[in-house]
Amino acid sequence: MMPTISPQVVKEHGLTTEEYDRILERLGREPTITELGIISVMWSEHCSYKSSRVHLKKLPTTGEKILVGPGENAGIIDIGGGWAAAFKIESHNHPSFIEPFQGATTGVGGILRDIFTMGARPIAVMDSLRFGPLDDPKTGVKSRHIVEGVVGGVGNYGNCFGVPTVGGEAIFEPGYSGNPLVNAFALGIFRADQIFFGQASGVGNPVIYVGAKTGKDGIKGASMASEEFGEDSEAKRPNVQVGDPFLEKLLLEACLEAMQTGAILGIQDMGAAGLTCSTCEMGGRTGAGIQIDLSLVPQRESDMTPYDIMLSESQERMLLVAERGREDEIFRVFKKWGLDAEEVGTVTDDGMLRVKNHGEVVAELQNSFLTDDAPIYSRPYTTPYRPHPLDGPGVPQIDGAGAKAALEQLVAAADICSKRWIYEQYDYQVRTNTTLGPGHDAAVVRVKAAGVSLVMSLDGNGRYCALDPKEGAMLAVAECCRNLATVGAEPVGATNCLNFGNPEKPEIMAQLVAAIEGIGEACTAFKAPITGGNVSLYNETLGTGIYPTPVMGMVGVLPHMNRPAGITFQGGGSMLVLIGGLLPGGDDQLDRRFGSSQYAKQITKQVWGLPPALDLDFEIAVQATVRKIVQDGLAESVHDVSDGGLAVAIAESCFAAKRVGAEISFETEIPLAAVLFHESPSRILLSIDGSKLSSVERTAQERNVPAVVIGQTIDAPQISFRVNDKPLFEVSTDSLFESWDTALVRMLNK
Amino acid sequence: MKFGVVIFPGSNCDHDALYAVERNLGEQAVGIWHQSEDLEGCDVIVLPGGFSYGDHLRAGAISRFSPVMGAVRRFADSGGLVMGICNGFQVLVESHLLPGALIHNRGLKFSCKTVLLRTETLNSPFTSLCDPSQPLEVPIAHGEGCYFADDATLDLLEREDRIAFRYVDGNGEATEAANPNGSARNIAGVLSEGRNVMGLMPHPERAADPAMGSQDGLLIFRSVVSSFVAAR
Repeated sequence: MMPTISPQVVKEHGLTTEEYDRILERLGREPTITELGIISVMWSEHCSYKSSRVHLKKLPTTGEKILVGPGENAGIIDIGGGWAAAFKIESHNHPSFIEPFQGATTGVGGILRDIFTMGARPIAVMDSLRFGPLDDPKTGVKSRHIVEGVVGGVGNYGNCFGVPTVGGEAIFEPGYSGNPLVNAFALGIFRADQIFFGQASGVGNPVIYVGAKTGKDGIKGASMASEEFGEDSEAKRPNVQVGDPFLEKLLLEACLEAMQTGAILGIQDMGAAGLTCSTCEMGGRTGAGIQIDLSLVPQRESDMTPYDIMLSESQERMLLVAERGREDEIFRVFKKWGLDAEEVGTVTDDGMLRVKNHGEVVAELQNSFLTDDAPIYSRPYTTPYRPHPLDGPGVPQIDGAGAKAALEQLVAAADICSKRWIYEQYDYQVRTNTTLGPGHDAAVVRVKAAGVSLVMSLDGNGRYCALDPKEGAMLAVAECCRNLATVGAEPVGATNCLNFGNPEKPEIMAQLVAAIEGIGEACTAFKAPITGGNVSLYNETLGTGIYPTPVMGMVGVLPHMNRPAGITFQGGGSMLVLIGGLLPGGDDQLDRRFGSSQYAKQITKQVWGLPPALDLDFEIAVQATVRKIVQDGLAESVHDVSDGGLAVAIAESCFAAKRVGAEISFETEIPLAAVLFHESPSRILLSIDGSKLSSVERTAQERNVPAVVIGQTIDAPQISFRVNDKPLFEVSTDSLFESWDTALVRMLNK
Repeated sequence: MKFGVVIFPGSNCDHDALYAVERNLGEQAVGIWHQSEDLEGCDVIVLPGGFSYGDHLRAGAISRFSPVMGAVRRFADSGGLVMGICNGFQVLVESHLLPGALIHNRGLKFSCKTVLLRTETLNSPFTSLCDPSQPLEVPIAHGEGCYFADDATLDLLEREDRIAFRYVDGNGEATEAANPNGSARNIAGVLSEGRNVMGLMPHPERAADPAMGSQDGLLIFRSVVSSFVAAR
C-alpha cells in the first residue's frame, strides 16, 4: 500500500517542484516514499542550511586554540593542559511554541547529546529565551503559559541529567508572542586526544544502535522547523518529541564508558532527522556507505513503517560504528546501564545509504546526494526590513523626579528585573564547579581536572538588530566579549544561533545577510572564531516575523579556579570608576540611537532609530583595560553597562549587597536621560579600594581609555545622584530591590 | 576514615560528594555501584543527590529496591553511619530507615538557592562540631523536598531530639519565610532512632570548597570524622 508520489505529496514534504525534478534526474527514477521522506528532511532548511550556507562561509572559523570548527556536532577549543572543551548553541523554537515543556526539554537534550557524542562530559548549560510581553491583553495569557512550560522544561532536563544551568537571558518583545525563541547552549570537557567524530569507517564494521527505542514521535520535526506557522500549528503537536532526561543521563554514562573501551570508531547522536541524518552523515563524512536493516531497530510501537522509523525523532538515541570483533565490549557497557544496543547494519564501501526492511531494500541513496549535494540557494535580498521608524521623539528632557521615576520603572521592567524565578528552577550548582552563576555578566565554571576555569556568556539583542541588523549583531558580539572581560577573560571561540523569519522574503533575507556580516566583522576584530552553531529560519506566525535575533555564545578560559569578583558592591567606602567614560560615541545621532534603549521601549513606549554607536577599536581597548585591572586583582566588583544604562547598572550592583548604596556625582553636558539611561556600549562599572585608583587610572591611560570616578559606595541602603554639583534625586535601594526582585513573579501571576 | 558513595542510575551528585570528601575533607572515598552488596569496608555510607531512576514513581521509590540498599540497611542496623543527601534522604525515607516523607515543594517548583540551617542538636555524629548559634549557609536544589510527617511523628522526633537541622532566617528564627519548600516545622534534616542515620535535603558537599562560596557544609563532614575518631 505504497502512497504514490503525487505533486501534493511532494509539496507536503516541503520540496519545491525544482527540487523534486532534481531528485528525479539524479535517481533516474521515481523515489520510494521512504526515499522521499529521507531526502525531504535532509534537504530541509533545518538540516541543509540551504538559505544560509553561502553566507555562513564568510564567518571566521580558525584560530590557534580551535581544535574542531564548524561541520561537526560541536566546535572544540583547546583549554590547556591537554584538555579541551566542546560547545554549541542550538534552537528549539518551533517545538517550544507548540508544546513549551517538551519543546524546551528536547532542546536541552539535543544540545547535550551533541556535546557528549564527541566524547565530552557536559559541565554547563545556558539558555537564551525570548517570549511575548507577559502583560499583553491578547497574547499575555499564552506567553505566560509558554514561559512556565519552557522554564520548567529547561530545568527538568538539566536538573535530572545533572548538568548545571549556569546563566542565560530572558527577553520579552511583541514579535515573539507567536514565535518564542528557545536557544540552548551546552559545553563539555574532555581530554584533547580523546575526541570522537560522527564517521563510519572500515568496511564490514558493525553499525550499532544504542539508547531509547524508536517511536512515532517527532516524525518530520526537522521539516516542521523549516516552515512558517499558520493557525493550525496546534495540529503539529505530534511532531514534537518527548524527552526523558533520566534515559539521557544513562546514555551519557554508557557512551563515555563505552568510548573508554577503544572499540568505538565513530559515533553520532540521532537528533533532527533521526536515523536518517546519523546514517547518511556518518557515511558522508568518510565517503563510506552504510547499510542497515530497520527490522533490527528497537521499536516502541508495533506498526511502524520504514518511513516512520527513518524519520522518527525519538530522543536519547545514538548510532555508532565499532571495530568488528569487539562488539561485545560495547554491548557489555550498555547492558550495565540497562540500555538497548543492537547491531542494525554494517559499513560498506559504496558511498550509499542502503535501508532494508526484513532484507528488502526500501531506500537506496547516495550519501553525498543527501548531504554535500543538497540544494544551496543564494536567495535574493534587498535592504533589511525595518519594523520601526528612523526618527522618533529623541532624548527626552527630564528632571530629578523624572529620572527617579524612570529608574523605578526600569528595574521592574520584564527585560531588566531579576530572573530569580527562572534560575531558581535550574540547578545551577550541581558538579560543584559554578564559581560565578546566574545574575552576573558572565558565568564561570571551574574545570577541576585541568586547574582552569571556563567563562561563558550568551547575548542577543533583537531590538537593536531590528533597527540595524549588522550593528545589532556586532553589539551582541561586543557585549559577549565584554562580559568575558569583566572576569578577566578574553574570547577563545564563539558559537551562534541565528533566529530569523522567512528567508524567501528578500527583506528578511537581507536581515540575515547583514547580521552574518556583522558577526563576521566583530568576531574577526575580537579574535573570536565561530566554531559552529545553528540557523533557525521561518520564525513567523501568520506572516508576522520575529525581530532578527542572532544569539551569540562566547567562551573564554581563565588560568585559575578562583572565584571571580561579581557585579555586587562589597561594602561602603569603595570608589566607583566608570571605564570607557560617561558616553562613548558622544552625541553621534544620539536622538536616533536613544530610540533603541530600554528607556524608549519601557517609558517613552516607542521604539525608533538606531542601535547605540559601537567603535570596535575603542571597545577592544576598554575590554583590554578591564581585563588587566581584573587580572591584577584591583577590582572589588565589575559590571558592564547594558540594558537600562548606567543608572540601572549602579542599582544592580547594590541589589545583592547587604545594605550597601552609592553616592554618585559627576559633571557633564550630556542630556540627563542619555547619561543615565542610554545604552552606549564600551562601559564597565568598577568598585575599587581608593588606594588602587592610581593603578586603575594608569592601566586605562596606557590604552587611551577614560576612567571616570563617578562616586563611591556607602554603608546605607540608598543611591543618591548629583550632577554638575546639584542634587538630582535619592532613592532607597530597599524599595528598588523589592520591585526588581518581585516584578517577574507579579507579571506571571497576573 | 573511608567514605562510600553509592551510585544509583541517575545519581548526579556522586562526583561532588567524592570530591568534597577526598579534596576538601582529605579522607578516603570510593564509589559503590548500586548492584553491589559489598560496602567495601567503608566506615560511613553516603547516599548522594540526583535523580535515581529518574524519580520515576516517586523520588527514591525504586532505588530502595537496589541490591546495595539491603547492605546499607544491615550496615545501619549494626550501627554504621549513613548520610542521605537530597535524593539520598528521599531514598532513606522510602526505605523506612528514616521516618516521614518528602513531597513536592510548596509551589510545586524545583528550587535551587542557598539557605540558612540552624543545627538543632549536637548530639549526633553528623552535627557534633556545629554551632547552633551560627546558622550554616548551604545550598538546596530539589523539587520534592517538603518534609512531611504526622504530628505524632513530628512530636516524637522533637521529644527524642532527632531533628538535625531547621531552615532559618538571618536572625536564626525558623520562620515561614525562611522555609523554602513548606517542610513541616521547617525541618531540613532528621536522625534515625539510633542517631547513626541522617537525611537532609540541603547539599553540604556543595558548601565544602572556598571556590563555591561557603564552606559551612564541611562542618557536617568534619563532625562525622571527629565522631568516628572519638569512637575508636
